[in-house]
Amino acid sequence: MEVRSATHGTPRQAHTRPLRRTVIAGLAASVALVGAACDRGSSTGANPTQNAGAKDVTLTITSNAIAGGKNAEEADWYAKYVIPKFTEQQKAKGVTVKVTFQPSGVDDEQYKTKVALDLKSRAGADVMALDGIWVGEFAQAGYLKPLTDVAGSGVTSWEGWSQIPKAVQANASFEDKAYGIPAGTDGRVLYFNKKLFAQAGLPANWQPKSWQEILDAGTKLKSISGVEPIQINAGTAMGEATTMQGVLPLLVGTGSEIYADNKWQGDTKAVRDVLTFYKQLVDQGLTSKNFQQAAKGRDQSFAAFAAGKVGVLLEGDYFWRSVVNPDQGANPMTSRDTDVGWAFIPAREPGAGVGGTEFVSMSGGGGYFLNPNTKYPQQAWELLQFLGSADAINALLAGSARITARQDVNEKVLAKDPMLTFVSQKVLPLTHYRPGLAVYPQVSQALQQATADIVSGKSVEEAAKAYSAAVVKAVGGADKVATS
Amino acid sequence: MTATADRKVRSNREAGARAGGPVDSIDAAGLGRARAAGLVAPALVLVLAFLVVPAAWTVYLGVTDYRLTGIQAANPEFVGLDNFTAALADPDFRNSLWLTLLFVLGSAIVGQTVAGFALAWTLRTVPKLVRSVVETLVLLAWILPSSIVAFLWVAYLSGDGGTLNAMLQTSGTEWLLEHPMASIIVFNTWRGTAFSMLLFSAALGAVPPSQLESARLAGAGAFAQLRDVVLPHIRGHVLTNTLLISLWTFNDFSPYLLTAGGPNHASETLPVFIYNKALYGGQLGYGSAISFIMLLINLVIALFYVRLLRERR
Repeated sequence: MEVRSATHGTPRQAHTRPLRRTVIAGLAASVALVGAACDRGSSTGANPTQNAGAKDVTLTITSNAIAGGKNAEEADWYAKYVIPKFTEQQKAKGVTVKVTFQPSGVDDEQYKTKVALDLKSRAGADVMALDGIWVGEFAQAGYLKPLTDVAGSGVTSWEGWSQIPKAVQANASFEDKAYGIPAGTDGRVLYFNKKLFAQAGLPANWQPKSWQEILDAGTKLKSISGVEPIQINAGTAMGEATTMQGVLPLLVGTGSEIYADNKWQGDTKAVRDVLTFYKQLVDQGLTSKNFQQAAKGRDQSFAAFAAGKVGVLLEGDYFWRSVVNPDQGANPMTSRDTDVGWAFIPAREPGAGVGGTEFVSMSGGGGYFLNPNTKYPQQAWELLQFLGSADAINALLAGSARITARQDVNEKVLAKDPMLTFVSQKVLPLTHYRPGLAVYPQVSQALQQATADIVSGKSVEEAAKAYSAAVVKAVGGADKVATS
Repeated sequence: MTATADRKVRSNREAGARAGGPVDSIDAAGLGRARAAGLVAPALVLVLAFLVVPAAWTVYLGVTDYRLTGIQAANPEFVGLDNFTAALADPDFRNSLWLTLLFVLGSAIVGQTVAGFALAWTLRTVPKLVRSVVETLVLLAWILPSSIVAFLWVAYLSGDGGTLNAMLQTSGTEWLLEHPMASIIVFNTWRGTAFSMLLFSAALGAVPPSQLESARLAGAGAFAQLRDVVLPHIRGHVLTNTLLISLWTFNDFSPYLLTAGGPNHASETLPVFIYNKALYGGQLGYGSAISFIMLLINLVIALFYVRLLRERR
């Protein structure tokens, strides 16, 4: 308004110039401000020897673990073992190090977003516990760098590498370069509640040989009131848990891997078979739609299983160790050792699994990674080695068992636990891994959406078609997607 | 600029023009242009730094395939208007836009306005104690932090021993899954009514009691009084209130805390949609494009109401 009125009268023009100049100066200043904010820290390039001789060091570790909540035993391990012991060890070398643990107790997808934003703004913890499947996309984005780039070529001489099998090392690698130290691996099975099975007239040593036998067991379990017969994850709210504990173990049971011969599964018979199985579960009322749709459905399903209200649940050994574990589990089940049974995940029918197998599983695993923006790369690498040492891992286990990355530790601890022995000896030989490609998480989201469509009542054909379109878009071309 | 200041400027300018003097006579504070500019410069810098530049940045990101992770995070490529055309063709986006309109209409324009006015109207005549208690409770819903409120509502609506089910004897109903939109509309009405109530209370205070009294003496019923006496007095307030709460509700993210947009996108309003696409799905470029569309819709809503306000005079 004022500017327009400035056209009829001369004395004003003298006044408009300083105004305009001020505006321009302000504009320049604000652009500079924003520019500076975006540019923060870009000078900290990868220099492995930076601050190598520092005597006062601060380091942070982050993980999706929190005292009294998610992965509580891991959070306690940082507080009670890692931080005091590592500080002590460094003090002996004359270095005062202050280590802090940044806890987190949320869904893995939210944790991933948080860490990605941290790394994007060149901030975040010096040492990060991450799922191995994120390494590809983080590396391509430049958020993570190979260990040799961050901490120097000395990393190859770490004693731990010889103890970690190649397949497990691959969990913390991308394009044949190590980005971190793997923390372990896992395998997926069907858990079942033996008490409910007895009530339904099902055997305590249940082992389904086909998907149909899972449905049959579900039909019998359905007769018990207040019980959800089968929980095989579906929907988008569970994120990767839907893909890993749902779609992919079923998919390998049809003889197809999600990525093979340079092609992703599109609208194929294998995908439609998997979706049909989900459809049967939903239509026959064998699965809780609430668990599959609620924002916290996975946690609810865990709580329900621990309360004896779920018959069959497909999960990794994480469930045994960290969820229903009577000692430190998130949903402790005092009768775990007597009431919880486990079985192989069957192929669609015997011999239908990838490579003609009768049973199938999927595995993954996380690891510890260095933040390329750390101010103390050498000290962070020392902390990483400390986390991966046999002593530290033994301390984390504290008498309990889990499949760690290190064979020297596994040999001693696994024998104590029949469930984990089963996973390491019987399941791992027939397991499969996700493709370590950066685009995988987008394909995974498309799979989650397809199961969400089934749960919300869409047909198998509709869901498969929409899935295929999403995959073509994600991987950048129909020539990279299989159809049949 | 407020309405009174605007009027003042206009009348000053007209006075200046009549007197044939320079329009500089509107400089009532006697600061002169340079010093006046210096005075507003800090504000302008802030507006630029935190509004204009980010908005321009959003437009820029919206024409790239920028992602949170992966190769496009390091080297985003220019994709032109692809994100915008993809959004307009995306059934999820259209679904989300529709849900947002429902949300605004249901919880702001109808819910908060009606509940706020009804409270303000009835509270005029009740004893002071009742009035204070009710006002405090309604205000509490407004000022409590979202995370706490969301936690309470999740417990209230839960199918597993939730309070609402206990009251209605509808054990096992998962309100957030079976009626997600209705749930968040009721939630947001409850949450935001305080503002409308306060604004209408103040507005009703300005209605001359003598006019109401005369209307009553002339035999006007409650409805006629509202329509013919009260409404003409508070029309401006109604519009201002509707403008503000529409914009707030349109941009409100708290439904995410209750339903996370689910089940299967059934309560995915635009802010939640953008969050799910941009941060959860990592598609920052696409999310930026939709953010920009949202910004335009905000402007349209604002212009629409400003028009209405102007016409009133």
